Amino acid sequence: MQNTKKVKTQKNQRIWGKIFTYLFLLFMSVIIIYPLLITVTSAFKPGNLLAFRLDFDFEWTMNNFRRLFDETQYGQWYMNTLKVAVMAMLIQVAAVTLSGFAYSRYRFTGRKVTLKFFLIIQMVPTTAALTAFYVMALLVGGLDQHWFLILVYIGGGIPMNTWLMKGYFDTVPIDLDESARLDGAGHFRIFWQIIMPLVRPMIAVQALWAFMNPFGEFMLARFLLRSTENYTVAIGLQTFINNPQNQQVALFSAGAILIAVPISILFFYLQKSFVTGLTKGGTKG
Amino acid sequence: MEKSEAQKKKVEYSPEDQKRIQKAGVFSIIPGLGQFYNKQYFKGALFLALFLLFAIEMVLFGFNAFENLFTLGSIPREDHSLFLMIQGTLQILVTLIFIVFYAANISDARRIAALKALTPEKVSYSIKNTLLNTWNHGFAYLLTIPAYILMIFTIVFPVLVTIFIAFTNYDFYHIPPATLIDWTGFENFAAIFTLSTYRDSFGAVFGWTVIWTLSATTLQIIIGIFAAIVMHQPFIKFKRIFGVILLLPWAVPAFITILSFSNMFNDSAGAINTQVIPLINSLPFIDIPAISWKTDPFWTKIAIISIQGWLGFPYIYVLTSGILQSIPDDWYEASIIDGASILQKFRYITLPQIFAVAAPVFITQYTFNFNNFSMIYLFNEGGPGSVGSGAGATDILISWIYKLTTGTSPQYNIASAITLIISAIVICVSLLVFKRTRAFEMED
Repeated sequence: MQNTKKVKTQKNQRIWGKIFTYLFLLFMSVIIIYPLLITVTSAFKPGNLLAFRLDFDFEWTMNNFRRLFDETQYGQWYMNTLKVAVMAMLIQVAAVTLSGFAYSRYRFTGRKVTLKFFLIIQMVPTTAALTAFYVMALLVGGLDQHWFLILVYIGGGIPMNTWLMKGYFDTVPIDLDESARLDGAGHFRIFWQIIMPLVRPMIAVQALWAFMNPFGEFMLARFLLRSTENYTVAIGLQTFINNPQNQQVALFSAGAILIAVPISILFFYLQKSFVTGLTKGGTKG
Repeated sequence: MEKSEAQKKKVEYSPEDQKRIQKAGVFSIIPGLGQFYNKQYFKGALFLALFLLFAIEMVLFGFNAFENLFTLGSIPREDHSLFLMIQGTLQILVTLIFIVFYAANISDARRIAALKALTPEKVSYSIKNTLLNTWNHGFAYLLTIPAYILMIFTIVFPVLVTIFIAFTNYDFYHIPPATLIDWTGFENFAAIFTLSTYRDSFGAVFGWTVIWTLSATTLQIIIGIFAAIVMHQPFIKFKRIFGVILLLPWAVPAFITILSFSNMFNDSAGAINTQVIPLINSLPFIDIPAISWKTDPFWTKIAIISIQGWLGFPYIYVLTSGILQSIPDDWYEASIIDGASILQKFRYITLPQIFAVAAPVFITQYTFNFNNFSMIYLFNEGGPGSVGSGAGATDILISWIYKLTTGTSPQYNIASAITLIISAIVICVSLLVFKRTRAFEMED
């Protein structure tokens, strides 16, 4: 008798647990999807609307996308961002892979000291050194220039990512190097043909991070790029809505979709290696 | 005992050899001569050339650059104080690099002299052998050079310049080349902490920065861990779909969602006031008036913290999910046999495991939010209102720096001083925590 009662309360508990679980997940889903859905639907709304809310009762139009490319410099901004992102990605991934390999595989003088230096310098909010970047840009003619922004992006990412990359290289057994060396492979061959193929997931992650950064980075781009035709999408899109008298919410939404969709697809495509890269590289130190 | 004696023997050189090593080191006071003494003529010539190059550079530019860094120029319109400062900084870097080279040169001469005494056949004399040797032993350095060059120009150099500017009077009254900039010692720091205008705004901004960092980050960590634990339950259907939805806030670039939220929280036309609140009000006994999200500092702060929770939790969720999967099931089974409740299991098994692995990541989240410019600036440009010295009611230190630098009357010196203060805080806190966790220990 008592036993069945216990089983019953346990069963009750489990049902309540399930109800609560699904309620929580539904609640989270609504909270996450609601704002995104508002942005998506707003992109297809006609006219210069002001209201930014969810409704489906309007005439769907592609007009905003046409206006985006005809009447604004959005296309130019997009190309600028792609250029900055690709350059930053290529150079940063190359530099970080090389140095990560060196720190993982070789024991050289100054290795420990510089590794600690990386860990500390990585905490310095270099973006806050606005004045210094401004003065440097003045001196070398880098104000309003993409190459200067690219350099700043790359440098800022190097210490942290070298650290993560080294962590990932550490997970590849060193026996591989040694047996390859016995077989007569040189430094470069070991690096390029033996180890590189094994760290591809991490390289993909690094590339994605470096590529995505210019799409979202706002402060330095806003500060260093002065003329509208040189803007990246982040600053460009903000100009659509930062004027309270003339907010172009629909245009903003259309522009936002064209960034968010490809970036999200990339994100989910690489998500698996993303997570393993993060935990493997991050926790091994 | 025997072994230690044998080891001793190994490093014991004959008096002549010891003398040679000494001599090689002494000769190296002029780089290259030590290598000549070791009969490594190619290397010696190279080192000597580098030394001469530096000496010439020093005579032609170096001393001048140091002097100019000291005075920051004396004739307005002719001397550009900023450029002099930068040239001086460059010269400091060049000199530092030379010092490293100089030390390496002496230790190289001594090392080779010692090598000659023990295993002469290993010393390379020809150009080809020297190059081969460098390739073999210097490969690691070769690999790190690109990273170092990039870092020197984009991190070390700006940091040095920031430090310098923080001790000058570079503001909108002193814009080179029309006026000179002067060193002012600790005046800027004194101004921030004592001058009533700066002191009050600094206090207000700093206070909010701390509150913002703690509450926003803690919120995202709590939501993240909670979501991971809920999703970890085995019975959940549509796991993949929910998994994708929970990751969406991370997948969509943050600046887009922040700007969207900024629209949604618009006082008159945004979805929150025109749609969400009316919907809640349709429930019985609830009647909430429209909230002034953008004009009342309190509500702006509430909105910003909540949005950051929304934006930041997926990262924690993913990390925690990984950790939960790695906790062995038998730990829980054993605890059930011991009669542990759900809460006890969570308190004594799950939570310690999560923190053991993820603590360093949590810290990086705190430091990230401490400097989360996008969230503050894109939502309401640091507004509403003002707490003095150009700072709005929701400005954090980094967005205040931005405003001090970009405003109509820029205060570069104060901005740089605040940058230094921020850096010091962030580094100290992270170092403390990293020391406590194991992140700082290295495997060898």
